[in-house]
Amino acid sequence: MIATPRQNLPDSQRIVITGVGLTAPNGNDWKEFRDSLLNGRSGVSSYEIRYVGETLAGVCDFDAKRYQTKKDVRRGTRAGSVGVYSANEAVKHSGLDWENVDRSRVGIYVGVTEHGNVETENEIYELKGFDYDTQFWSHHHNPRTVANNPAGEVALNMGITGPHYTIGAACAAGNAGLIQGAQMLRLDECDVALAGGVSESIHTFGIFASFKSQGALASHEDPTRASRPFDKERNGIVVAEGGCLYVLERFDDAKRRGANIYGELVGYAINTDATDFVLPNPERQAECVRLALGRAGLAPEQMDIVSTHATGTGLGDIQECAALRSVFGECENTCVNNAKSFIGHAMGAAGALELAGNIAAFADDVCHPTINVDDLDPECDLPGLVLNEPREMGKPKYVLNNSFGMLGINSVVIIERI
Amino acid sequence: MTPADIRDEILDILEDIAPDEDLGELKDEVAFREQLELDSMDFLDIVMELRKRHRVQVPEEDYGELASMHSTVTYLTPLMKDLQKA
Repeated sequence: MIATPRQNLPDSQRIVITGVGLTAPNGNDWKEFRDSLLNGRSGVSSYEIRYVGETLAGVCDFDAKRYQTKKDVRRGTRAGSVGVYSANEAVKHSGLDWENVDRSRVGIYVGVTEHGNVETENEIYELKGFDYDTQFWSHHHNPRTVANNPAGEVALNMGITGPHYTIGAACAAGNAGLIQGAQMLRLDECDVALAGGVSESIHTFGIFASFKSQGALASHEDPTRASRPFDKERNGIVVAEGGCLYVLERFDDAKRRGANIYGELVGYAINTDATDFVLPNPERQAECVRLALGRAGLAPEQMDIVSTHATGTGLGDIQECAALRSVFGECENTCVNNAKSFIGHAMGAAGALELAGNIAAFADDVCHPTINVDDLDPECDLPGLVLNEPREMGKPKYVLNNSFGMLGINSVVIIERI
Repeated sequence: MTPADIRDEILDILEDIAPDEDLGELKDEVAFREQLELDSMDFLDIVMELRKRHRVQVPEEDYGELASMHSTVTYLTPLMKDLQKA
């Protein structure tokens, strides 16, 4: 079914986006996020976390209490709160008559890079004060750390009784959540899919410490300048939190209810490098891009915007650019950008957020830039790079969104303007 | 700790675990569950906080003693009478 060229799909198999809910370090809804991307507003700030000390992070300031009680926030996880906020915002944005939606036909598919580290670290920190006597270990630990937690908290909060789970896909998870949602709609497992990704990763010291040990944690005297994919002076990743969940529906359902449609998922692919734990493989990345294009029945030159995954690491950015050069090297009209330069790497949310930041171009016909590129690394030079200033476009029709992760997972989605 | 101190301590714990509730109107003779939105995990929080803060152990067979403020204070008074108020 998934290999069917999209041109031959009946309306009941076409998947469209009808709502977007998000929180990013530089915006707590789609409009605010987009405004930040077009106006060069970074969401990266100084940040302190236990053991690691002073560092940098993309920190969100959404109002969790908008949709949760204080007790819900206390009992749950940060990833759960991010998910609950994003899901409620998405449903509100979709215009669905939520009170009358059959909640047993709603599915929740939340991409995560990791889950449980935050709570485990917190518990061990607490336990140290009790000389590691496990009778002081919290009974909340298991429900907070089960892998489905961020999706399950959404279900609890919104009374959704359809399927819910997370998709663990490292930093490809945002796209993977979206793809899972589309597949479940096509299989008629649900009528509405809340799909995308979340990240609570700035609350685990381990992720900072591990990137630091790997020589991949960004530093800069000006936090807003620290995340600088493609720049010669890039020195690593800025870890960020955030979330972005989409309301996905089948095209015929969306049309029937007169929904606003923000784009159609016309192609996607996930593949695997099978070469290294950490280092990416540009050949497999290029294969993934071509696979998504092939399934969409589209050619590289038809892509108006390519949203890169690049995280600001020395080798990773070069590898992705090599992959993109092999596919889009001759595409003079394809714009290429990067949202991590604004918000850092929002891990499980990254792919979903970066896509949202770009499909907004269907409404305003502008490609947001990659900021912080003062001295472009020649190895990252691609024909269509949009650097530092937004670029007016004609009427962009296609956005291709890359999202890659450790253990060699690659994901690509292509969204068409409707 | 006096019974009044213990009551204050339980109120302090409840403020943490039921932060949306107005505890000013709490009736000591009425079961917590009839006045507050508390579930079994919340009661385990009370048990855990007593353990963490005061090293007081409430065995599972005594959980029923924590039904209301009055029963809780009555149950804890002999266990906490020799403890100093924090």
